[in-house]
Amino acid sequence: MINWPNFVSQCFNGLVLGALLALISSGLTIIYGTLGVLNLAHGAMFMLGGYAGWLAYSYTGSFIVAVIAGSLFVMVVGVVMERVIIRYFYGRPHEDQLLVTFGLGIVFVEAVRFFFGSLSKAVPPPPGLVGITPIGFMFYPTYRLALLGIVAVALLALYIVLYRTRIGMIVRAGIEDSVMVDALGIDVYKVFMLVFGIGAMAAGFAGIVNAPVVSIAPDVGEAILVQTFVVVVIGGVGSFLGAVLGGLIAGEIISITSMFNPGYSYVMLFAAMTLVLVLRPYGLLGTAGRE
Amino acid sequence: MLKQRPFLIEILTAAGLIAAPFVLPHIGFAPTTINRILVWGLFGIGFDILFGFTGLLSFGQSAFYGTGGMVAAYLLIIVGFPHVVTALFIGMIVAAIIGYLVGLIALRRTGIYFAMITVAIAEVFYFVEFNPLSHYTGGENGLPGVPTPVFNLGFTTIRFDTDFSLYTFLAFWYFVGIVIALRIVRSPVGAVLSAIRDNPLRAAAVGHNIHSYKLTAFVVAAAYAGFAGGLLGVMQGFMPPDAFTFDTSGQLVMQTAIGGAGTLFGPLVGAAVWLFLSDFLQNAVGLGAAWKLVLGLVFVLLVVFLRHGIVGGLADLARRVTGRAAHHEAAESDPTAVSPAVVAAESTPIVQFSPSPRRPAPAGTGEAILQAEGVTKRYGGLVANDRIDFTVWRGELRGIIGPNGAGKTTFFRMLTCEVPPTEGRIVFEGRDITGFGVTRVCQLGLTKSYQVNQLFTRLTVRENVTIAALAEKRGPFRLDMFRNLSGVAGLDERVAQTLALVHLTERAELTVSELAYGEKRRLEIGLALATAPSLLLLDEPLAGMSPRERLETVQLLKSIARGRTMIVIDHDMDAIFELAERITVLHEGRVLTEGTPEEVKRNATVQEAYLGGVAAA
Repeated sequence: MINWPNFVSQCFNGLVLGALLALISSGLTIIYGTLGVLNLAHGAMFMLGGYAGWLAYSYTGSFIVAVIAGSLFVMVVGVVMERVIIRYFYGRPHEDQLLVTFGLGIVFVEAVRFFFGSLSKAVPPPPGLVGITPIGFMFYPTYRLALLGIVAVALLALYIVLYRTRIGMIVRAGIEDSVMVDALGIDVYKVFMLVFGIGAMAAGFAGIVNAPVVSIAPDVGEAILVQTFVVVVIGGVGSFLGAVLGGLIAGEIISITSMFNPGYSYVMLFAAMTLVLVLRPYGLLGTAGRE
Repeated sequence: MLKQRPFLIEILTAAGLIAAPFVLPHIGFAPTTINRILVWGLFGIGFDILFGFTGLLSFGQSAFYGTGGMVAAYLLIIVGFPHVVTALFIGMIVAAIIGYLVGLIALRRTGIYFAMITVAIAEVFYFVEFNPLSHYTGGENGLPGVPTPVFNLGFTTIRFDTDFSLYTFLAFWYFVGIVIALRIVRSPVGAVLSAIRDNPLRAAAVGHNIHSYKLTAFVVAAAYAGFAGGLLGVMQGFMPPDAFTFDTSGQLVMQTAIGGAGTLFGPLVGAAVWLFLSDFLQNAVGLGAAWKLVLGLVFVLLVVFLRHGIVGGLADLARRVTGRAAHHEAAESDPTAVSPAVVAAESTPIVQFSPSPRRPAPAGTGEAILQAEGVTKRYGGLVANDRIDFTVWRGELRGIIGPNGAGKTTFFRMLTCEVPPTEGRIVFEGRDITGFGVTRVCQLGLTKSYQVNQLFTRLTVRENVTIAALAEKRGPFRLDMFRNLSGVAGLDERVAQTLALVHLTERAELTVSELAYGEKRRLEIGLALATAPSLLLLDEPLAGMSPRERLETVQLLKSIARGRTMIVIDHDMDAIFELAERITVLHEGRVLTEGTPEEVKRNATVQEAYLGGVAAA
């Protein structure tokens, strides 16, 4: 019954989607872990990355420039957002933080809709990565294959920044106890700003590198946001490796279910999340007390 | 929120609903807009009980709104069910059942996890509606042809098929919804819900099964959503599939925040503002698709600057205008500001020997009320408590002392079942309570006052004590949603008694944030007392007090100790030696010694533990 080449290619699709979700989710989860703010505008960051990249591409025609522009623009948006609004919400209840980031998400989406319309925009893959590549017994789109590599490199870079640098050490210490980090004489608010910028950039980067695969539209971030939540619940809040693991699981579930009936992919995703909540309430790699 | 002039709000609501269709069109509301406001308002009442009153922010209410609406529409159109109202009720019941099942999953976690899970679940409903169930729901086309209600009274037939007649139909149900919600909010259940919002930890510790109450709020919200969803179909003559979208949940959240959460009317006001502005911006101003951008900006500004929404802001304003004078008076009688009157009052004995609430002791005193046998607590490699054997006799006032890090607080946390011991067992009144959990042991008559205040900060002193007393009067969980608070037998007496005992009778109507520190400490003890414990544990009741406050509190402890068993931890040696009949000394997680204050004072090992051997000679 199962068409094996099709199955394998769906598994590959799952891997690509999973890596992408892992990158976006790790951005969300390090922001939450360090700052204690769940950024409901994170999906909009993904969307903004795509649009900024698309704009850069349409002026320069260079995919590399598009990726750099998309990532940097979203990082700047993240930093400004943190400086102008989010930092006044550290002392307010979680509910207020959710409300304000939700509202900001809508503002971003509607602003893009206002300036660029609702029609979707496409960014072609860079020359050299167009077409399909034979891998053993099947053909696979070249760019998707490259995308897997690109996202893997980005995740590795994020990992190195978090686990192998001084600033990463401070961020991880901040996830455990930001008050203590502050007390140690480190300007924790500067770190907060940086973390928000990096976390947003992860989503923005994902937004532009994914643009050749799925064309961008103002509301493209919404579905991504929901999937990201599932990833974080499965992986555990505040855990980078949890986000990677959860991302891959979610990506495979969505892709493999879609092969049979796309309508059930969310049901399966939800079933997996429920299972995790029942068996390991704090997520696969999460620890208690990070809420 | 607990006490109000009877039926004033209900009457004003009715008057407003009657006046609205005659007034609102003159200021630019279209008749269909008014009807839509009512549906959103009703949808929002349930959501406000969940969010504003219980503190659970759900971004997934669209699931229940859509489900209720689809079930009712399916019954009316496909099945050919003739009774509109019955179909609406069936839709509501199905939504409530779904709400119960979803709540079981979503309420496993709180805070942002809860928000994320509700988003995810609502998205599942959206996809299920569109694909696997599209045969029943019409998929992306929805279900057109929902009939309007018709009542055949024999001599005449009433049809609700014009905008105005539909208004009366919707307004009737909105009114019913508000009346029910007001009853819920004023009931004991409502009081517990607001306690959960303010401090879930303490709500559980005074003996409420908070999980069941949260689930109740979730189901109530789902039921309101389901009914409102049904009304949406009736109003439009068409059940739209976009009732299931994330946008629906988001719009509800935003309207509630704009109008003011925790007010019941906030969602209605928010919907009026939202829908009016969207009409106005699109048509009158001609913004076209940019209306949502403007509304989004307005929303962000509101969240930043007007924290309690429009209704909350107006209420704050009204309080500031009318309540200013009374407020000042209250602030001036603050006992920390030593006025001559207070000094005079102080010289009179503080202890009035109000009878303190206490459960009748089982016959035969002189037996052990609490026994800890070989209780050990390990955190990884750290041994906080090491094989502690400990017995407290009925009627005793026991002190526990020990240097910092001796394991006193850990020991208390195990006695009240906040944390389970790694080894050993705890027996209270002859029953093994190891692993029972705080709520259950509090119901059995064992509770503690916390080292760091755990109060319901947004509520008044009276409401705080009421919530604690309710747990003992009503048990861990009870669904008396339609009973008035005053209907709980013996509640008012218990509250008055407790307030008198901790000397807060005069301060009863102030919110906790307005109290002085010493008063908050007394209220902390009052919360524990109001549950009528037969064994009361006090974790550093004197911590952080001024000398005068200490004096008062020692007097207070003496007065409540009469005929009650108490265990007190404190660093204030003078106070402990004065209060306690027997003292247990903990050191490095073990019992160092136990005896009368005199014996403990003379004990060389105790002196060594505290002073490092200097005074041992």
